[in-house]
Amino acid sequence: MIPLSWYLLVAAALFSIGLYGVFARRNAVAILMSVELILNAVNINLVAFWRYRTPEIPSGMVWAIFVLVVAAAEAAVGLALVISIYRNRDSVIAEELDLLKN
Amino acid sequence: MEFLKSLVELTLFDYLRQVWGNAAWVEVVLDIIGVVVVSTFCLLVVVFLIWLERKVIARIQDRIGPNRVGGKYGLLQTVADVLKLLSKESFTPADADKPAYNAAPFLIVISALLMWAVLPFAPGVVGVDLNIGLFYILSVSSISVVSLLLAGWGSNNKYALLGAFRSVAQLVSYEVPMILSLVVPILLARSMSTQDIIGAQLVAPFMFVVPLSAIIFFISSLAETGRTPFDLLEAESEIVAGFHTEYSGMKFGMFFLAEFMSTLFMSGLFAVVYWGGWSLPILNMILSLFGVTPIDLSVIAFGRLIGLVVFFVKMFAVYFVYIWIRGTLPRVRVDQLLNFNWKFLVPLTLVLVLVVAVVDKLIPAEMGVLGRAAIHLMTNLLIGFGTIEVLRQSARRKRLLVEEVETAVSHHDDHGHGDHGHDDHGDHAMHGADVVAAH
Amino acid sequence: MAEQIIFVILAVLTIGSALAVVTNRNLFRSALALMVTFLGVAGFYVLLEAGFLAASQLLVYIGAISILIIFAIMMTRRMMQTSEASFNAQWGLGLFAAMVVLVILGFVIGNYWPLAPADMFLQTRTPVSDAVIENSVVELGKAIVSPNAFVLPFELASILLLAALIGSIVVAWPPQEENEA
Repeated sequence: MIPLSWYLLVAAALFSIGLYGVFARRNAVAILMSVELILNAVNINLVAFWRYRTPEIPSGMVWAIFVLVVAAAEAAVGLALVISIYRNRDSVIAEELDLLKN
Repeated sequence: MEFLKSLVELTLFDYLRQVWGNAAWVEVVLDIIGVVVVSTFCLLVVVFLIWLERKVIARIQDRIGPNRVGGKYGLLQTVADVLKLLSKESFTPADADKPAYNAAPFLIVISALLMWAVLPFAPGVVGVDLNIGLFYILSVSSISVVSLLLAGWGSNNKYALLGAFRSVAQLVSYEVPMILSLVVPILLARSMSTQDIIGAQLVAPFMFVVPLSAIIFFISSLAETGRTPFDLLEAESEIVAGFHTEYSGMKFGMFFLAEFMSTLFMSGLFAVVYWGGWSLPILNMILSLFGVTPIDLSVIAFGRLIGLVVFFVKMFAVYFVYIWIRGTLPRVRVDQLLNFNWKFLVPLTLVLVLVVAVVDKLIPAEMGVLGRAAIHLMTNLLIGFGTIEVLRQSARRKRLLVEEVETAVSHHDDHGHGDHGHDDHGDHAMHGADVVAAH
Repeated sequence: MAEQIIFVILAVLTIGSALAVVTNRNLFRSALALMVTFLGVAGFYVLLEAGFLAASQLLVYIGAISILIIFAIMMTRRMMQTSEASFNAQWGLGLFAAMVVLVILGFVIGNYWPLAPADMFLQTRTPVSDAVIENSVVELGKAIVSPNAFVLPFELASILLLAALIGSIVVAWPPQEENEA
């Protein structure tokens, strides 16, 4: 039998790794990938709580599916933005895209 | 005799369970035996499929085909080919991305093999009867797309990369109508399990209930397996051999293997979802029209054996149609391929799913299975004829447009053509553009 | 016991590949590692008896999102060959912040769901029959379209997807020449 906290710890580790990626990576695509890690961590938690606490009410799974949908939309729009920026500015380094700053 | 009877009535697994008892390890061993048997079957049947394909194509093209190795019919030709591929050097290009390059052939074979897990061969003979069976098939088959990208990128070859881009665009696009068309039988059977879908077709195969969905599924499965007329994945004149340009020896053989395995699987899936798999829906339909109780193979004696034969006959019949199409149709262009998918198949399938869902909800429960089937068939035919009518209208409009442009261009000098005739400024091309703009 | 071994293998696979995603300098390699992470998460769903979600994870994350990401990487390929650093100047700070978050989360989890066998009551699965789990896909489908449950978020999600579809096409469309018209 697997204790619930194992799942939660794995999800927490995945979340922190994703967070580090968002903080530290320069490439916009890499940042998007890190965001996907964070969303996956959240999903593990949702499904684990569904199975351990309320397996007869499907709310946990439903929200996991909504997270999936939002992740898909986020990836599509984010990558379209990356390609568009690359085309206009010839760079996908997040900190070089500072047109509004100056 | 008693032993024979038990063999027919029980599965081999039931027999082994009786012999070995109910220990925990028995199930694990049985699972392993099942996996080994099914995957060995899949791998070996490809040898036969390649021979069959070459033979049938040769007949269509008025040739004899393989006829030297292994007797008059060249039965051992493929075996010889496999041995040759195995003995070839396993070559890796110097600048290849080695992990990606080497992982791709394995991934594609794994994805092609995993799909067989939920395909029912006979009553009770199925790897695992998942309650999300069809969804599992679709999700596992999407792994093969990844392996194409890995192959294209890993080879470090421009043709391979272009081929991979093209293949991925094709596979991802045609996944949409395939999933949507499978929603229709799922709706009718109220289940995603393959066994339940067969059970729902006891007296009426979905081929006759929702023929439009079957046709759409068949077309998109042609594209998903990259067969003619959608074999742009390896259009030699354009992109050499596509994503597997740089592969040789058994690594190439694995791509080949996966292609044939998934084609046979798609034939099997088509037989299961639209022809009732191991059951006898057409015979049952006729029987129940005359008021006779339909035959349910899962309860009668020797049902498993009959079911197995029935399923294999259906699967290979569908496979034969695949080969037939390959021998008949020319290849489409890339833009035609994508336009056909996004501007025709996807909207049509969306309409179909919507209409079938609403109609199925509106049919009263006392109609019986055959009445329901008849109503669905009628709405399907209506949608089909409506589509053809719309296509004909738009084709006529296009034709008129072209004709008008041509007449306008040829009548330009004598000012004799309708509203546009007096426009004598500009050259012929300008005039043609005006006519097009006016429409 | 077998379940726990599988869990540990999956956890090592998932977290190891997640680390590879954020540390690998070659973007293509980190996209491949991301795929392995997604696969590991799908494995967790299978362990949690959520087969439908595992299949969705394969279909959406591996079949669609990873492919999109690899496409984007290939289209911005020149960026991969630059010898510049792949981490920004504040990576140390970022590492520190991520570690702090991990420690806090670990502390909270350890506090409420202690690993000690004495307090297993919150750790075990609510006992239900197999039929409930088997039926969970049906319940999920009903919940999504039921007016008493999630039909509004479901419709909103479909609008979101449509908006994302149109938006990404508009954004990624090649820039038109101004003087063409």
